[in-house]
Amino acid sequence: MYGANVETAADRKAPAPVEDPALLAEFQARIDRGESIEPKDWMPARYRRQLVRMMSQHAHSEIVGMLPEGNWITRAPNLRRKMALIAKVQDEAGHGHYIYCGTETLGVSRDELVDDLLAGRAKYSQIFNYPTLTWADIGVIGWFVDGAAIVNQTVLAKASYGPYARAMIRICKEENFHKRQGFEICAVLSQGTDAQREMLQDAVNRWWWPSLMMFGPSDTDSPNSRDLLAWRIKRFTNDELRQRFVNLTVPQAQAIGVRLPDPDLRYDADTQNWVFGEIDWAEFWAVVNGNGPCNRERLAARNKAHADGAWVRQAATAYAAKRAGAPRDGGSTAAA
Amino acid sequence: MDAPAAPADSQWPLWEVFTQEAQGAPHEHAGSVHAVDAEQALQNARDVFGRRGKVISLWVVPTEAIVASAPSDAGPFFDPGAEKAYRHPYFYKVPKGIRVY
Ligand SMILES: [Fe+2]
Ligand SMILES: [Fe+2]
Repeated sequence: MYGANVETAADRKAPAPVEDPALLAEFQARIDRGESIEPKDWMPARYRRQLVRMMSQHAHSEIVGMLPEGNWITRAPNLRRKMALIAKVQDEAGHGHYIYCGTETLGVSRDELVDDLLAGRAKYSQIFNYPTLTWADIGVIGWFVDGAAIVNQTVLAKASYGPYARAMIRICKEENFHKRQGFEICAVLSQGTDAQREMLQDAVNRWWWPSLMMFGPSDTDSPNSRDLLAWRIKRFTNDELRQRFVNLTVPQAQAIGVRLPDPDLRYDADTQNWVFGEIDWAEFWAVVNGNGPCNRERLAARNKAHADGAWVRQAATAYAAKRAGAPRDGGSTAAA
Repeated sequence: MDAPAAPADSQWPLWEVFTQEAQGAPHEHAGSVHAVDAEQALQNARDVFGRRGKVISLWVVPTEAIVASAPSDAGPFFDPGAEKAYRHPYFYKVPKGIRVY
């Protein structure tokens, strides 16, 4: 997902397959030469499994990520904001599609992945389990959440698996619009009435720490990091990317006069980093494990949307079958 | 939340999408979509890959209709091309000082 790539209990239990050392060495050599791995190429089972997990969590995050923002489409303060928000949420649907398609090249069907999500077996970014309470949240999500996504995805665009990297390049081109429209909302509110500035500050206070958590567990607590780095599925550690995000964001916050809710935040001239305080990992794991403020609501909304859309899928299948003059067989393998 | 989608309500056939971004430019592979038929595949491809107005033409092809060379063939399959140096201009010597192009 946006980086966090959380392992489930089932993942940990899966036995490590034994690979042919010669094939494994040649595979590593290809990665080290900077080659991209394509769907039909030989790859270690663990590489495939890590990718399926990471890509499917990422795809689910795009889809679930439509919900908190979709919540404000009907209440956007004017037509310009409403058009922008609709376009952004539609982009996120597109992002989900790009990545589901990428995952399918690894031999997993989109149906299986959607089933996993709807049944609550899949993970997605914890950030989307927080509520969007005010209009300022929409601005701050674009600024922080899409900003964090850009930091992550820019790096993933050079990942070793070709279909994933290509999906990221496409996505990165669209994310800049997301971040700018969000930052514009924040900048305008920061110039507004006292009430608007307070609303903005309140949203920043609520979203800052969860946004830092988007980069996933600290490096000391990411058992997979070494393999993922060696195989160029990841190119930087979670902590490195988190630091990059903080360094980018602090000056932006200063520019529009909002405070980041961290008393320990300070500039370190030696490392040229903005040093930040301790992240509440108990909160992170609680949300990841299903106990965030909106986990149940999000899953229920996805299930309802899927069920409500069933008649559309059935109608499209029936229509295609009728036009093809074929018998109606339910359509699961309708001839193309 | 224990009822997975009914078997009849499953994903549709896969289509590969090729987009052309400028008049005269080649169509390039963009990704894939699921769709019941060609018409819906075109519409889905437009929605997924053409939201920014850059695309001026789309091809959709049933994925199963694509025949690809295997990665393991990469050497032997394309080798004959590499051996034929005489297919390249630098194979031919030209007297010094003459501009051939
Ligand atoms: Fe996205
Ligand atoms: Fe986005």
